[in-house]
Amino acid sequence: MQISARQLDKITIFDISGDIDLATSPALRKPLLKELRELRTPKVILNLKAVRYIDSSGVASLVEGLKAARDVGSRFILFGLNTTVREVLQLSKLVKIFEIRETEEQAVAA
Amino acid sequence: MDESGLLLKMELRSNPETLCAVRGAVAQLAEKLGFPEPECRAVVLGIDEALTNIIRHAYGGATEQPIEVIFRRIQEPWRGANREALEIVLVDQGKKVDSAKLAGRALEDVKPGGLGLHFIRETMDAVEFRHTNGRNQLRLVKFFSKQEPIKGS
Repeated sequence: MQISARQLDKITIFDISGDIDLATSPALRKPLLKELRELRTPKVILNLKAVRYIDSSGVASLVEGLKAARDVGSRFILFGLNTTVREVLQLSKLVKIFEIRETEEQAVAA
Repeated sequence: MDESGLLLKMELRSNPETLCAVRGAVAQLAEKLGFPEPECRAVVLGIDEALTNIIRHAYGGATEQPIEVIFRRIQEPWRGANREALEIVLVDQGKKVDSAKLAGRALEDVKPGGLGLHFIRETMDAVEFRHTNGRNQLRLVKFFSKQEPIKGS
């Protein structure tokens, strides 16, 4: 998994690619929680367009990110979910708790 | 060990770094066996989650412990008839799994963790756990098709 961050006004967008699993989810969790808990960025967006696979460890990291965002009053938005990622989130029955958009433009404008 | 119907046998170490390679092999096997694409993804997810549980809970994150995964084509009873199925047996020598924890948790409670077992149950048609001779054995079954056979065929 690769992760990089870019800034857009008061928004941070994380571009994530590859597989999010037991081996890689800590590398997602750490920068996400820093962005929300320490930097208190008002809006954090995750670009999941290039994510091929996510497992329960990855979903748990997203839930942690969402909870951290709620704690500090930030927005936490996902976009670009492919079929595999969407299916796993649906299977987790947590899909409704996330704010999900189709495109980056929609996520930024939300 | 009964070798009938044996399709593939993997001897792994409990290293999360190997999960990616296992997923690739399982995806190819499921495709080769004729599972439709969504079912292939389900098989991959179920096995990945089972391995993740072994690494995290049975071995407590230790990365050099043995895990055996055996794939067989079997006949499994389902609604009064035998059906063709893929059987996956995962064997580890780690800490005995607490059967109470195998029940999973309520998903309405929004919190990280505890999803793995739910994913295994959702993606597989049968999930059985046994602990014998110091080994945990998780048996997963996925039917090739649950359609009723056509009469006269």
